[in-house]
Amino acid sequence: MADTSFIHPYIPNSIPATKEAMLRELGMDSVEEIYAEIPERLRFRGRLDIPAPIVAERDLKRHVKGLLDRNTSCEDNLNFLGAGCWQHHVPSVVDEIINRAEFVSAYCGGNYSDLGKYQVRFEFNSQLAELLDLDGVANPIYDWGDVAGRSFRMAKRITGRSRVLVPGTMSPMRLAQARTLCQPEVMPTHIKIELVDYDQDSGRMDLADLRARMSDDVAAVYWENPGYLGFIETEGAQIAQVAHAGGALAIAGVDPITLGVLTPPGSLGADIAVGDVQPLGVHMHAGGGTSGFIAFRDDDPVFAQECPLELYTLLETETPGQYGVAEAMMERTSYGSRDEGKDWVGTASGLWTIAAAVYMSLMGPQGFREVGESCIARSHYAANRLSALPGLKVLFTPAFFKEFVVNFDGTGKTVSQVNKGLLEHSIFGGKDLSAEFPELGESAMYCVTEYHSQADVIRLESALKEVLS
Amino acid sequence: MTEDALQAKLENIGRLRRDGGSLRDYHAPRWDEPLIMEQSVPGERGIKVSQPEPGIVDEVGDPLSLIPEGSRREGLPDLPELSQYQVMRHYLRLSQETLGMDFGSDISEGTCTMKYSPKMHEEMVRYHKASDVHPWQDEETMQGLLEIVYETGEYLKSISGMDAISLQPGGGSHAVFTNACVMRKYFEEKGELDQRNEVIATIFSHPCDAATPKVAGFKVVTVMPDENGYPDLKAFKAAVSEKTVGCSITNPEDTGIYNPQIDKYVEILHDAGALAFTDQANANGILGIARARDAGFDACHFNLHKTFSSPHGCEGPATGAYLCSEELAPFLPVPVVTKAGDGGYHLDFERPRSIGRVRGFLGTWLGVIRAYAWIRSMGPDGLREVAEISVLNNNYMDRLLMGIRGVSRPYAEGHRRLDQVRYSLQTMKEETGVGCEDVHDRMVDFGIQSFWLSHHPWVVPEPFTPEPCETYSKADLDEWAAVIKKISDEAYSDPDFVKSAPHSSSATRLKRLEALEDPDQWAFTWRAYKRKVLGDTA
Repeated sequence: MADTSFIHPYIPNSIPATKEAMLRELGMDSVEEIYAEIPERLRFRGRLDIPAPIVAERDLKRHVKGLLDRNTSCEDNLNFLGAGCWQHHVPSVVDEIINRAEFVSAYCGGNYSDLGKYQVRFEFNSQLAELLDLDGVANPIYDWGDVAGRSFRMAKRITGRSRVLVPGTMSPMRLAQARTLCQPEVMPTHIKIELVDYDQDSGRMDLADLRARMSDDVAAVYWENPGYLGFIETEGAQIAQVAHAGGALAIAGVDPITLGVLTPPGSLGADIAVGDVQPLGVHMHAGGGTSGFIAFRDDDPVFAQECPLELYTLLETETPGQYGVAEAMMERTSYGSRDEGKDWVGTASGLWTIAAAVYMSLMGPQGFREVGESCIARSHYAANRLSALPGLKVLFTPAFFKEFVVNFDGTGKTVSQVNKGLLEHSIFGGKDLSAEFPELGESAMYCVTEYHSQADVIRLESALKEVLS
Repeated sequence: MTEDALQAKLENIGRLRRDGGSLRDYHAPRWDEPLIMEQSVPGERGIKVSQPEPGIVDEVGDPLSLIPEGSRREGLPDLPELSQYQVMRHYLRLSQETLGMDFGSDISEGTCTMKYSPKMHEEMVRYHKASDVHPWQDEETMQGLLEIVYETGEYLKSISGMDAISLQPGGGSHAVFTNACVMRKYFEEKGELDQRNEVIATIFSHPCDAATPKVAGFKVVTVMPDENGYPDLKAFKAAVSEKTVGCSITNPEDTGIYNPQIDKYVEILHDAGALAFTDQANANGILGIARARDAGFDACHFNLHKTFSSPHGCEGPATGAYLCSEELAPFLPVPVVTKAGDGGYHLDFERPRSIGRVRGFLGTWLGVIRAYAWIRSMGPDGLREVAEISVLNNNYMDRLLMGIRGVSRPYAEGHRRLDQVRYSLQTMKEETGVGCEDVHDRMVDFGIQSFWLSHHPWVVPEPFTPEPCETYSKADLDEWAAVIKKISDEAYSDPDFVKSAPHSSSATRLKRLEALEDPDQWAFTWRAYKRKVLGDTA
């Protein structure tokens, strides 16, 4: 009864009759005649060490879903983790659009066949530009850490200098990625990345230390707002001024969801802004939902010319009133000029920029204002409640957006112990900072967004009381 | 098939379907959709945001007052204001004006392996236990994901013959960059970086094979093809020296020609103390047939969004799988997924010899989930069937295409191509004035994606590169060839008609192309367009 031949639903020409007909037209007996191009010594004659196929979709789905069911998601548990990948509400319309087969299955089609895709890209760029207050936005790539490193390389190309100053609170993960791109010291084309001290109370960049480190070999000063540790970096305009006074570029790293309420980097004097698209309507996907953008001033063409990513410009067509979109300065990229191009481009995160375009259109100006207000109100409320618990102290208190650091030194428990305890209550506690910032002792960073209700915060508070008792 | 039979077949399929041929009387959706920014109606709302409960407001007051002076945004961002239905409809229309692989025929996109992405996999990656997982959750709460990542790694190790893997890179080019960093670290440890600073690439390999070693800080030496299309062995040998770090090469290259002496190239590198990496973005034709490690390579990569079925999503999210030998394993980026004796899976960050980080968090595991499901649906025999059918499809279509006037196939006459072919329309261009870019724009009128030409620089004149992978049926291959046949006929009878294409696409021909290179005209955003093109001074 069982059909033992392998007629795979994904391989139409695996039917013997079709295969034979095709071979016959080619005058061949077997596909091996094609593989005769590969010498025997290079042929693999063993059997791949891969399990036998699960051929029925029902069975395969049961198997894969069974594995995934061993995960606990942030829908199952109450989540307070952030640290660069944040849980915000994803509107249903966003999922509806990015799950469209046209978008999911498209790749690098032409200007005409994929007009819609290119128009969405332009609309993504245009809306992000309004949030950032910058005229130039490039097609995003892997994630924030990657574009931070690329912006440093851009600064080197523009200024001819090889030192970059970054905040001492910079995300260690993003810093590590930037260091990989800026090469180890042993390489002659290395870019030296130096950490600037931060104020112990506010988390903000220490401007005196910044000024002391400035010299004529500094290519760029980079700051993050909000800082990785959650605080609002109020010194952005000053940092940009110091950078410019020293002939360096000012580069801001920003979380774009803050920009309905926080001053945009363009208004602060940033030449380049980088950040992550993920908070704008992309699911977390265990960190796979990230996508890094680069934006820049366009009053001087050097920023576009040195940008390593694809740039799309709006054009018209031969039909009056019709738009088209095409890639500008292709020669500038690795696709145009291989190793003579600026860094490299490749397949990265296109679908997430579509999600973000839809998200920005749904939210509009009022939505961004509301989400900003909601994040600030809810996170400050949570910080107030937690700081009232015995032994807990909230650090960097003057102002934050959605994340704040809670120190547990006064409780006699480590963050790891606290988080294990919270897990028993189906809560993911804040990101453990004890390895990344040992100077902060046993501290965790909590993320509270518009996603979290008052009841969620009270649930966390009650659970913490029990865990710490 | 005789030449006469071939011509008769081409004549037959090169007619409209209603006349018994393979061609569609197609017209792309044309919604004439304005930009979303142009549709704004002040005051409309697409979605409302959850506002703080009264208990929160009572305690913290006006949230805006908590933002220090100077950090509060003045005014609101100038974003479009539309109701939800209008936003949704706008983007649905734009989706229709995108010829995704699920609709058209992405045989056109050679070097990309546009294969069917099973829909069940999409259900899995959208399941909240995959999509709504935070990367810093306790390992215990993501054992299912970790198992999928670990086991997929084991399968890919078997397919390549390599010893170790990282699934962290965010795309194929990113994996090739990872390799450049691994080679850098390897020679840094050996203290040879002041001596070794050159990486060898070949012109028919992907641009990233040259570009990413450069970003890692190396000089790149590019080897050109010999008269048969193989990387010139003499030139390759001459390029290798005590300065060589390694190579970043491909086999088969974009030409589809398998290099039967690939192990000699590896040997030359090893003899000079250098490393050998092979870019296997296009591994579809060799699954279970030939393995990188068996040819002596120290490292290789795969694109899970090409060979292993993950959809391309308008250029991502993507996953590059980087594989290497035991000797290079300590240098893999952090974290690495490991399996403990008790069967538990872990993220290993404590790797002192690691190159550090290439991507944030853990990687793009959507692609890994899909690759896992796909490999499990295939098994070892299925993977081999994928390879065999993809090379059979390619050779079948090659027979049809080579019967079409104006089409030629440079290099290695008498040798069969594996998964793809780089053709040339140079003859057509010389005889009719119609070149590959014109044909590219005309194809979409038949509901077929524009074909991929070639990476730059074009070594083959007037190039195009189809890749009819295992997804496509015999009828699909006939249809694709029929489109080229039809356009060839048009080129020889009415070249202006081809040159003025597209005629039935979502838009007509672009104009003002000088803006692509002109700072006063290029406009990457609507605000720049308003200022530069519309003369808006507000």
